[in-house]
Amino acid sequence: MLEIKNLYGGVEGKTILNGINLSIKPGEMHAIMGRNGSGKSTLSNIITGRDGYMVTKGDVLFNGESILDWSPEARALAGIFMSFQYPVVIPGVNNTYFLKAALNAKRKNAGKKELDAVGFLKLIKEKLKEVDMDPKYLQRAVNDGFSGGEKKRNEILQMLTLEPKLAILDETDSGLDIDALKIVADGVNRYRNSNRSFLVITHYQRLLNYIEPDFVHVLIDGKFVKSGGKELALELEEKGYNWLE
Amino acid sequence: MSNEQKIIDDNLKKDYEYGFVTDIESETLPPGLNENVIRIISAKKEEPEWLLNWRLKAYRHWLKMEEPKWSKVVYPEIDFQAISYFSAPKKKELASLDEVDPDLLATYTKLGIPLEEQKMLSGVAVDAVFDSVSIATTFKEELKKAGVIFGSFSDAVKNYPELIQKYLGSVVPYTDNYYAALNSAVFTDGSFVYIPKGVRCPMELSTYFRINEANTGQFERTLIIADEGSYVSYLEGCTAPQRDENQLHAAVVELVAHKDATIKYSTVQNWYPGHPKTGTGGIYNFVTKRGICLEENSRISWTQVETGSAVTWKYPSCILKGDNSVGEFYSVAVTNNFQQADTGTKMIHLGKNTKSTIISKGISAGKGQQTYRGEVKIMKGAENARNFSQCDSILIGNQCGAHTFPYIDVRNPSAKMEHEATTSNIGEDQLFYCNQRGISSDDAVSMIVNGFCKDVFKELPMEFAVEATKLMEVSLEGSVG
Repeated sequence: MLEIKNLYGGVEGKTILNGINLSIKPGEMHAIMGRNGSGKSTLSNIITGRDGYMVTKGDVLFNGESILDWSPEARALAGIFMSFQYPVVIPGVNNTYFLKAALNAKRKNAGKKELDAVGFLKLIKEKLKEVDMDPKYLQRAVNDGFSGGEKKRNEILQMLTLEPKLAILDETDSGLDIDALKIVADGVNRYRNSNRSFLVITHYQRLLNYIEPDFVHVLIDGKFVKSGGKELALELEEKGYNWLE
Repeated sequence: MSNEQKIIDDNLKKDYEYGFVTDIESETLPPGLNENVIRIISAKKEEPEWLLNWRLKAYRHWLKMEEPKWSKVVYPEIDFQAISYFSAPKKKELASLDEVDPDLLATYTKLGIPLEEQKMLSGVAVDAVFDSVSIATTFKEELKKAGVIFGSFSDAVKNYPELIQKYLGSVVPYTDNYYAALNSAVFTDGSFVYIPKGVRCPMELSTYFRINEANTGQFERTLIIADEGSYVSYLEGCTAPQRDENQLHAAVVELVAHKDATIKYSTVQNWYPGHPKTGTGGIYNFVTKRGICLEENSRISWTQVETGSAVTWKYPSCILKGDNSVGEFYSVAVTNNFQQADTGTKMIHLGKNTKSTIISKGISAGKGQQTYRGEVKIMKGAENARNFSQCDSILIGNQCGAHTFPYIDVRNPSAKMEHEATTSNIGEDQLFYCNQRGISSDDAVSMIVNGFCKDVFKELPMEFAVEATKLMEVSLEGSVG
């Protein structure tokens, strides 16, 4: 589904990634672990096409096609979703309206009929239950006045609504208390199936107790220094990153 | 390419979509301004002696005045002798739409405002002002039944001279300011509305203004009088054809609300903003709009959506003279490319328990420069006056500007004043967030801007709100990369 080949790149002229290779097949969950500054966010921003991030060498393929020239929205419409580390506040824009616009952009792109307000509300009410969110959040502006945990749940709500093929969870566990973490993990686990893939980016092993990855990659200085199964995360937790340097 | 540079570059791509000129033979005076020109205008309009004298007094006063320089707008000096002060389509006084020049009707169709369709579908009476002379007035009969007078200013001068003489210049005297004085001297036409005692006007009254004649300054004069216990909602909307020379527009609008009367005045203004790449050729809009809440419990509400013109200088204001009277100002102004706007309001509290509300939303993109300038004045006798002001600005890109000058002058200690102001920008992070959810940058901007403006849009009549939303999309299309 996602193939990263010998990727070098960075931001503002600074090279941060130094030759990343990664292959994610349908149904797989990969976790990338690394300290601050190791290049985790740079990688997710390059995959999603954020302005300002440069690729100097290598390629990123999605379902066999190079996506480096694609606009961020084209990548999103193709099925790449990112749960933001810091979800953005959009004052004045109603959460329902935002989600409906996003879903309809996707449906339109797929040649499907756009949902009207009634159809959308029916759908979203089901999804709200899955992340244990109060319907009153629909009436608030996007992430405006949301607590850290509410913002992350809102991200997962968007994921469940937009049904991406590949979901990147960028530090989704940060700022979550244990109850919210469980709710988010439950949402992700229910969404998992043999066609959907995940790339979980995290600092700590904590989240991986609830979301079990198939593969774990340790990122240091823009390079994967070790890859392995879920047990690698536990080992890392025990020994620290220094062990691999 | 940096995001900011992309924003600017894409900004420069959008052409004005209503750029066309209708070719209709016009009877036009040669450029120039002197007492003789004023006498000709007055004579062509078969005006009474007192009105000619009023015009001449205004002209003589104007000669002694200086063009105001205190606003933040910058524009080349206007040569008032290079302007033609009268232009009228040759056919006049038509009984029905069938007699209207087909070219003219086609122009309205291009603008998406076919008169006949409007008559049938929307129930909106239209007093169409094409250049300076009203050509077709619809729904006159139905309004007549209700006792409402709605028509061209020139007709009103002929048919209701006593009303004109009583109210003309009573809210905006010709001595008020430079452009009001000029307008008083040379105004050619406009609209007149009178709502009699206790009448709720049965429909929204709507006038579409349109500037069409090259080098013809437009000097509209609008006067609306709401008598005791009456209600009227008036809509004004404009588009203009593309043009190279700058076009001056200096209108005067006067509103008078008597006891228990309400006037709602809504404007959607979309005049040619100038060439998107150079800023040349746009309309200069120097307007004086003022209403007086003359007696108790009266209410005047201004709502404006300003997306056009190269230069806008406009402060729709309320004088709250009657006790318990209410003044409101809701404004959305957009400056894109090279547009400049210096706009706001004045609320002058004279009566007891008077209340005013100001909600101003400014949007700047490209190299647009925008200023909110507002004054709230609580006079000595205005016991328990209240004001709430909110001035928000949003910036798109890093080459535009937003400035806020709120003046507050309180001379009665019982006054309660609230002022809130915010400036924000549509950040790269917000756009990326929307993009990552599959929403294009244009759609994201229009979504964010509409959210920002909704407190004002909800004050507009339904059909205008839809139009305003569309207009915002067109005005800001391509303003981000």
